[in-house]
Amino acid sequence: MNAAGFPILSLVTFLPLAGAFIILMVRGEDEVVARNARWTALWTSLITLALSLILWARFDPSTADFQFVERVAWLPEFGVNYHMGVDGISVLFVLLSTLLTPLCILASWESVQTRVRDYMVAFLVLESMMVGMFCALDFVVFYIFFEAVLIPMFLIIGVWGGARRVYAAFKFFLYTLAGSLLMLLAILAVWYYAGTTDIPTLMATAFPPAMQFWLFLAFFVSFAVKVPMWPVHTWLPDAHVEAPTAGSVILAGVLLKMGAYGFVRFSLPMLPHASADFAPLIFALSVVAVVYTSLVALAQEDMKKLIAYSSVAHMGIVTLGIFTFTQQGLSGALFTMLSHGVVSGALFLCVGVLYDRVHSREIARYGGVAKIMPAYALIFMLFTMASVALPGTAGFPGELLVIVGAFKVNPWVAFGAALGMILGAAYMLYLYRRVAFGKITRDDLRALLDLSPREYAVFAPLILLTLWMGVYPSSFLNFFEASVANLIAQHEAALSAARLAGM
Amino acid sequence: MNWTLAAPEILLGVSGLVILLIGVIPRKGMFFPVAMAVVGALILAAVLVLGQDEGTAFLGQYVADDFSRFAKVLILLGAALGLVLALDFNEKADLARFEYPVLMLFATLGMMVMVSANDLMSLYIGLELLSLSLYVIAAFDRDNPRSAEAGLKYFVLGALASGLLLYGASLVYGFAGTTNFDRLADALSAGDVGTGVVVGLVFVLAGLAFKVSAVPFHMWTPDVYEGAPTPVTAFFATAPKVAAIALLMHVLIGPFGDLSAQWMQVIWLCSAGSMILGAFAAIGQKNIKRLMAYSSIGHVGYALMGLAVANDTGYRGVLVYMAIYVVMNLGTFAVLIAMRRGGRALEQVEDLAGLGKTDPAMALWMAVFMFSMAGIPPLAGFFGKLYVFLAAVQAGFWTLAIIGIVTSVIASYYYLRIVKVMYFDSAEQGALDARPASLTVVMAGTGLLTLLFFLFPAALIGAAQVAVAALAG
Repeated sequence: MNAAGFPILSLVTFLPLAGAFIILMVRGEDEVVARNARWTALWTSLITLALSLILWARFDPSTADFQFVERVAWLPEFGVNYHMGVDGISVLFVLLSTLLTPLCILASWESVQTRVRDYMVAFLVLESMMVGMFCALDFVVFYIFFEAVLIPMFLIIGVWGGARRVYAAFKFFLYTLAGSLLMLLAILAVWYYAGTTDIPTLMATAFPPAMQFWLFLAFFVSFAVKVPMWPVHTWLPDAHVEAPTAGSVILAGVLLKMGAYGFVRFSLPMLPHASADFAPLIFALSVVAVVYTSLVALAQEDMKKLIAYSSVAHMGIVTLGIFTFTQQGLSGALFTMLSHGVVSGALFLCVGVLYDRVHSREIARYGGVAKIMPAYALIFMLFTMASVALPGTAGFPGELLVIVGAFKVNPWVAFGAALGMILGAAYMLYLYRRVAFGKITRDDLRALLDLSPREYAVFAPLILLTLWMGVYPSSFLNFFEASVANLIAQHEAALSAARLAGM
Repeated sequence: MNWTLAAPEILLGVSGLVILLIGVIPRKGMFFPVAMAVVGALILAAVLVLGQDEGTAFLGQYVADDFSRFAKVLILLGAALGLVLALDFNEKADLARFEYPVLMLFATLGMMVMVSANDLMSLYIGLELLSLSLYVIAAFDRDNPRSAEAGLKYFVLGALASGLLLYGASLVYGFAGTTNFDRLADALSAGDVGTGVVVGLVFVLAGLAFKVSAVPFHMWTPDVYEGAPTPVTAFFATAPKVAAIALLMHVLIGPFGDLSAQWMQVIWLCSAGSMILGAFAAIGQKNIKRLMAYSSIGHVGYALMGLAVANDTGYRGVLVYMAIYVVMNLGTFAVLIAMRRGGRALEQVEDLAGLGKTDPAMALWMAVFMFSMAGIPPLAGFFGKLYVFLAAVQAGFWTLAIIGIVTSVIASYYYLRIVKVMYFDSAEQGALDARPASLTVVMAGTGLLTLLFFLFPAALIGAAQVAVAALAG
């Protein structure tokens, strides 16, 4: 079964945990501990990245089956197994997580000076939980990883965050916990009904429509908070603004994808009827999210808050694409999730670069940065363009596909999504103009240094990916194709079976 | 008559008397050797319990089976570690008198008798032996008015609860004609259930609900927890809770199993009330012992949820929950007992400020316990909740399950607040005093169990399964 011949998914999942354990064992002077913690964390995450590239190389995109499967009995009397595996939908998110973590560690190299050891431990634990969540093929295992993410993230926001970090950390934790506990109830109901928590088996189980309705609602609350969808998005701006730069990168890059991933992995295949019934509601909420949060973003004074609201808008496009149930819409949604992971992560890093130098996120504090830091301004521009979905950058193929998919279903929905893209261009360009161009009004900005080699190293892979995804999207879309086609075929089959039964 | 069946209890009783005699020797420093002797007796009793045969003795008054074995091992573990927690604290608080370990020994004996009781009479004897010992150790810091107040409050309310229980038992005896559990079960399953028995059952339930501090019989808990010396509170929160829950299960599932339609409603209300009160009342608490009191009320609510659904999955959930609860609580109280600055014991949540910096190891364990109590996976507390929620969902108790979910979220707020104080706030008053090795051992041991439970859940769940089979079989 396992193409790599050894338990590669478990290795990728738990290697960061082992690194965290080593860091915890380090004793000595603060300076030494900090240096050792940084290097250990960097090496651990780089080795994890290298291992995860095996997945990329050995993955067979021509099949929709789960690959690299591992299965060990865990709670035999309940039929719960430690079951791991990836398919075309999840494999790239594993890679996204393993890619962003070393970049985050590198980005925090100098900006985090207090309690470095704890910080690195928290990030490695976080990586472990994220990867595990995307690999889990058992509902209980999935839930454990899904929830466990909260602990390191709570600490990252609360310990190394900004002025209102305590409020933001609590809001983040309680919002998500409330959602996911409802999901736990749904999982228990599924468990009781089907007698198993094995995800591939459950995908083939037909749940009665009445039960699907309630299950969908429970899952919806949980995933909608994670995505986040309007109107339960309000934790996100607070969490983003207060989190340290690297925390924001992971939050935007990976954690937001967990909700959308949940929709694709569970709601669609397991609950086809309820998904179809709820699609209009999702469309409505998504369009509201896209338009409303874009308008809100226009009015922001804080760079991080603006990008946070733009994330909500982008995730609105994603949920919209998922519930079109078309090949284009779903592939586009998955592609947008990836590109948003790269681009918004990069944008937060861009803000972090300025914040490290000036210690302000206020847009009005800047102006004319392009004259002082030309290289930085160029990179920032690239990611701004990617965020506005300029053709040739990562943002474009995904959003185009979603709009094509949406157009098949309902032109007005497509119109809403397109409106979001226009507004997106407005707020991002407005942000860029105010930060990069204009007169240099503050004298202290003149002394700013351009990017350091470390910062180049952080941005280089993201630039490469942004252009690659924009110029040759097939190498990524390839991965989804079989899985998405299979998902849609099953969805159609379930619906038409019900239609026949209804006649 | 097979009196050797009760060897663990007999061992505890005899060693209690012997240790009492030794303790009377008027010498200084008797506390530590006596405590060690008691811990030894408890461990020996645990070994005997593990090797105990099954059966009944003393004319059907006493029963030993897999269920009592599970509960007794848990009780003995809680009691032994509870005593270890007191070792250093009592020396520093000038409470190092030899009566303390002996009283704990007799309390434990009372709990063992309770768990093995197969008759309302032996039940009452065990319960009173426990209660009388607890009244005394609650007031053990007798020069401290708060401790004396705690003892008195506990005594007055406890006596009332015992009265209720006795009254209920007499009603049951009057209407069913027997106090023996087996014969009660026979009489009730014959179908001829008088209202008197149901009224008696409700009184018995009220008396037992007092012992587990379930709403609406919880009033004593916060005051007693706050007033009693911290190691006493630690003991209160662990072993007697297990004993009382086990007794409650034994009584309800055994003799009154056929009245489940009646008692399910009562337990349902107790469970919902306890969860709600535990979640809301703890939010405003500044004293951490008081906070833990409300937290324990909430936890009892979750455990009772498994009992309220009245099926085997639920019962197993209760046992798993209580086992995990004991471990988490012992660890948490080890941290609370270690809170001492400049020789003075501290009890406020604020006193933990900055612990993440001043004592990373202790803060880490405390964070593990708090996240675990909030039910965040992969920590042990999550699995406790998982099994009771599973039972509730299976039995279709959606309202109770949703109340449980909502209160979990609310309760997680105050657990998180402790993590926040430790990690997000800065230490203004400096580091805590160095803690004794005994506390470190308890903390790390229970912390590792809590943290790594997910690696070996099958062992505990299997044991609970066997215990439930013996009870419901």
